[in-house]
Amino acid sequence: MKILVTAKRVTDPNAKIKLKSDKSGIQTDGLEYKPNPFCENAIEEALRLNETHGGEVVVVSIGPSDVQATIRTALAMGAHRGILVTGLDDHQMDSDLVARVFAELYKRERPDLFLLGKQAIDGDSNQVGQLLAEYLEIGQACFASKVEIHGSEAIVTREVDGGLEKIAVGMPAVITADLRLNEPRYASLPGIVKARKKSIDEIDIRSLGIDTHLKVETVAYEEPKTRGGGVTFVGGVDELVGKLKSEAKAI
Amino acid sequence: MGGILVVAEVRDGKLFSGTLSAVQFAQQVGQQTGAAFDIFVAGSNIGSIAEELSYYGAKKVLVEDNPVFAHYLAPGFAASVAAAAKQLGSSYVAGTATTFGKDLLPRVAVRLGAGMASEVTEIVGTRNGRLVFKRPMWAGNIVGHVVVNTDVVVVSVRGTDFDKAVKLANRSEVVPFTGGGANTRVQQRFISFEQTASERPDLTEAAVVVAGGRGLKDGPNFFKIMEPLADSLNAAIGASRAAVDAGFCPNDLQVGQTGKVVAPQLYVAVAISGAIQHLAGMKNSKTIVAINKDKEAPIFQIADYGLVGDAFKVVPELADAIKRARS
Repeated sequence: MKILVTAKRVTDPNAKIKLKSDKSGIQTDGLEYKPNPFCENAIEEALRLNETHGGEVVVVSIGPSDVQATIRTALAMGAHRGILVTGLDDHQMDSDLVARVFAELYKRERPDLFLLGKQAIDGDSNQVGQLLAEYLEIGQACFASKVEIHGSEAIVTREVDGGLEKIAVGMPAVITADLRLNEPRYASLPGIVKARKKSIDEIDIRSLGIDTHLKVETVAYEEPKTRGGGVTFVGGVDELVGKLKSEAKAI
Repeated sequence: MGGILVVAEVRDGKLFSGTLSAVQFAQQVGQQTGAAFDIFVAGSNIGSIAEELSYYGAKKVLVEDNPVFAHYLAPGFAASVAAAAKQLGSSYVAGTATTFGKDLLPRVAVRLGAGMASEVTEIVGTRNGRLVFKRPMWAGNIVGHVVVNTDVVVVSVRGTDFDKAVKLANRSEVVPFTGGGANTRVQQRFISFEQTASERPDLTEAAVVVAGGRGLKDGPNFFKIMEPLADSLNAAIGASRAAVDAGFCPNDLQVGQTGKVVAPQLYVAVAISGAIQHLAGMKNSKTIVAINKDKEAPIFQIADYGLVGDAFKVVPELADAIKRARS
């Protein structure tokens, strides 16, 4: 079984993100980059499926050459090779363009499964997997918390509002990973050493013949409204109930 | 300039009330552009839902009632929604930013050659004749203003940021519709649905939410502490990601960036430290109470009222005190 899996580079999920003083974008000075946590779940699942079913795990990403480091992390976890589409910076992409680039990689690689994180923790759009599946006119199983392969189908449990839904998707298919799909492994030292020798192909976006005009543009940024007032510490339960009743009128 | 098509969400055989927030969004777009709106609903045996939808001022309610649509599946639903938008000549397609809308709407966008704005919280105004939307990014730490450059614009609407549309006396025209999605060739089928059993109000709809965190130690303790408190307030129960990851409670109780976004009148956070991902899901609540052993916990920075103490001791007392205060 051949699997393509994404490794998006995002800002450190635990960093406090602030705007530049001119509000043209976020402050990136001193900010660390990490693999998108949901992509890590997707990579882990790809590796587990590979351990059971054999085949190849190919890690794909888009961005400047620095993003090689993000792909290299996935190779150190055990993926076989990488593809990086270069020539686009973060602000030159929207979900639709990313999906069309992945659709092109799909056509070149013809995988059985395309695994992605359900959303990236920077843009929080939650679109790419769904867009990709429709561009390819294939099935999708988004927000996956369990994946099993039965013959030519993927049986996927999805985390949906109100409970857990199980669906079957004929392969090839797109699956997007939710957090509870698995616990991503850490790269081992031998894994890191091996990863240095694994290949990462760089493909220039211009060679793919894709229209790079954006359908969705972020034209301005602002800080969210902060809550006024600050916290009032209460001495005990009775004082709290009193304040909720008379002051906040919440009960 | 075409109208707005609202995609209704059917959940558990009933109209999901968040749909009415998407209707509100459509009405606001209408105020800006002068356009009317229509509603599309697909499902099986949904005559009464279509009837219910006909009292919100839509020009038409398109109904695709087909046993094939008894269970939602993205490829077929997307084909039919897109067919409806094409037939009506809609310039906007709007739906809920729930797992239904998030799963469905991007596919609709592709079929319409449209760009999509996710989790829109506000219409800011116009720029070069196009609407500008606000949407949260980076777990709500940044608000982006986005413009969609395509002829058709797809939007998922964050329910907590738009009031529900009000029921009217006049009835819209209800029109049966066949969009072709029932005949999709994409291989995808429904197997089963395991519903989270709860007699409580829906988490995203409840006026009061009480949420527990990892400090509650394990699953039995989570419910032993949280249920009496929820009972005393007729509240929905939520949880932090840490509590869900640790297996204390089902995943669909998770409040936060990657879970549910809630904005109740009262939010009580119990033994939740307050990671930014959690705050993203509840910081628009009207009144926030935090109970935590650690006075330095970040949750106190956004709380209105803080109580430093051991949840195992304080929360049962609180449930009793609230019961007395409300009786």
